[in-house]
Amino acid sequence: MKVVLEHLTKKFPNRNKKIKEDVIAVNDFNFEIPDGKLIGLLGPSGCGKSTMLNLISGLETPTEGKIFFGEDDVTKLPPENRGIGLVFQNYALYPHLTVEKNIMFPLENLKGDKKLTKEEMKKKALETAKLVQIDAYMERKPAELSGGQQQRVAIARALVKLPKVLLLDEPLSNLDARLRLQTREEIRRIQRETKITTIFVTHDQEEAMSISDMIVVMKDGLFQQMGKPQEVYNEPVNLFVAKFLGTPPINVFKAKIKKEKLYIGEAEICDAKNLSDRDVFAGIRPEGVILNPKGRLTCKLDRVEVMGRDTSVVCTNDHATNDILRFIIPAENKIDEDDKTVSFDIKPSKLHVFDAKTEEVIKL
Amino acid sequence: MKKNNLKAWLYLLPAILFLGVFMVYPLIDVLVYSFEEGYNFASQEYFGTGIYNYSYVLHDTYFLQALKNTLILVIITVPLSTGIALLISLALNSIKPLKNFFQTVYFLPYVTNTLAVGLVFMVLFKKTAYSEGLINLLINALGFSSVDFIDGPYWAKMLVTCIYTIWIVMPFKILILTSALASVDEQYYKAAKVDGTSRGRIFFKITLPMISPMIFYLVITGFIGAFKAYSDEVALFGTDLNAAGMNTMVGYVYDMLYGDSGGYPSYASAAALILFSIVFTITIINLLISKNKVHY
Repeated sequence: MKVVLEHLTKKFPNRNKKIKEDVIAVNDFNFEIPDGKLIGLLGPSGCGKSTMLNLISGLETPTEGKIFFGEDDVTKLPPENRGIGLVFQNYALYPHLTVEKNIMFPLENLKGDKKLTKEEMKKKALETAKLVQIDAYMERKPAELSGGQQQRVAIARALVKLPKVLLLDEPLSNLDARLRLQTREEIRRIQRETKITTIFVTHDQEEAMSISDMIVVMKDGLFQQMGKPQEVYNEPVNLFVAKFLGTPPINVFKAKIKKEKLYIGEAEICDAKNLSDRDVFAGIRPEGVILNPKGRLTCKLDRVEVMGRDTSVVCTNDHATNDILRFIIPAENKIDEDDKTVSFDIKPSKLHVFDAKTEEVIKL
Repeated sequence: MKKNNLKAWLYLLPAILFLGVFMVYPLIDVLVYSFEEGYNFASQEYFGTGIYNYSYVLHDTYFLQALKNTLILVIITVPLSTGIALLISLALNSIKPLKNFFQTVYFLPYVTNTLAVGLVFMVLFKKTAYSEGLINLLINALGFSSVDFIDGPYWAKMLVTCIYTIWIVMPFKILILTSALASVDEQYYKAAKVDGTSRGRIFFKITLPMISPMIFYLVITGFIGAFKAYSDEVALFGTDLNAAGMNTMVGYVYDMLYGDSGGYPSYASAAALILFSIVFTITIINLLISKNKVHY
């Protein structure tokens, strides 16, 4: 089932009653999520991701705009009639019910000709539990499970009614680092097996990049960019997206275009054909440099961190907006830590230039 | 290690001292009194030991009346007050405007003096030679004759006592239940909503189990409190509860000690221990039931 959002807007009245202006949590969103894909909805805290999820699930009604599941307009439908499964951030498993009862809970709500017998419910619950590999713990209460197992139960409960769309709210935020890696693979596997269109919300770009078919980046309720993770990473449309994606983060410099050339400080970096003179930001991905003693960009060397196959060069530059810059180079490259400065050549594909005022990308 | 132990005992000493003097010793003394026959308060002498005191108390018509009154009071008021408190809490929890106002209103009886409340009930229920109580005016308006709720038939007096008791214990229960309801995580309700759960099912399958520990707590303390009823009856019917036929077990114990017919600590002790054993048994039964019914 594809999901289409048309001019979706959600405003909340301001808490401070003196301010008449509404808070706009989601601002004029348009996009189409293809059928059967895993979509990561990505943005910093408070950017309206969860509101977005609530709108799609029907827990909130939009101020303006429409939501379509396939060809059906579901904007006015209550959550239970939309055919969605929702996994909450803290799972919201009923603590007094066993795993089996928790998974069966949505089935027991069915009425009329959809009503199932007890045996059918048990069978379905077991099937779903097997899918998420929790079937060995059917008689346990949620408190007797680990965080990762609880997460699986929550997913099973969301899946048992075979929803058209599965929504996950920060699914991994309550898990420790190891479990997070494991669980995200698990979510990927379950999504592949069920082929249910899945939207998950996260503020962790690594999480979104690693398992999503596509990511949607948002900021302050506004749509920024949508695309395959690598595409968005390689071709960010503005400075925010460039900064938000990638660990370590992109290194940003205050730069200038002068006489069709790009300068960082006095250093001439590259040509900027057919571009008028202006102030810009130049972003260089950490992996976007090649060590070269005669390179064009020179920074003050702070320290060198060797981490197995990579070497992380920590340095500073007067023109950088980051306090420290971090570049990653292959470990074969030797750097003398006693050196005061370090110089690089820059890979053109890893260099992104943004207008200083609009922060939109400028193609070189 | 030894030094540490000494230190620990030193820290515990004040508590042990006070608990020992004011709790443990009197408790033991009550037990001793209850087995001393023919104890004389003035000369501090007794004839022998045995279970005569218990036998006397259990054959005393006043005691049996008090026992009956107390049991009726417990059986009627505990479930009713808990049930009504739950309904009011649910209503309070679901309204938004004036929520705080209503919460305050429902909490007022808790901070009001028992005797002042007793006065209010007099105005409501008392029928005198000169005036009818407010309730009687209502009854008259409906075309029935007046009932004397304070000096009249037994059921009328019991009715007033029950209403009074329920009204008195309600605020505390509402307070506990509204906070219990408020502490149920909103996400459970959202999850239930997404799954299309009906309101009734949400209440019985989610809300009730979630607040069951609090309900259970209220039932146990409610039982204990109702068994200890005394001041409410005094507020309504005055100190001579035996004459009114509305005495309670604690009232009987008090009368045996200090009342006009008092001065019998042995009988009082025996009655107190009978009361204790009843409360103890019921609490144990409660705990056993709750093991199966109360979740987590």
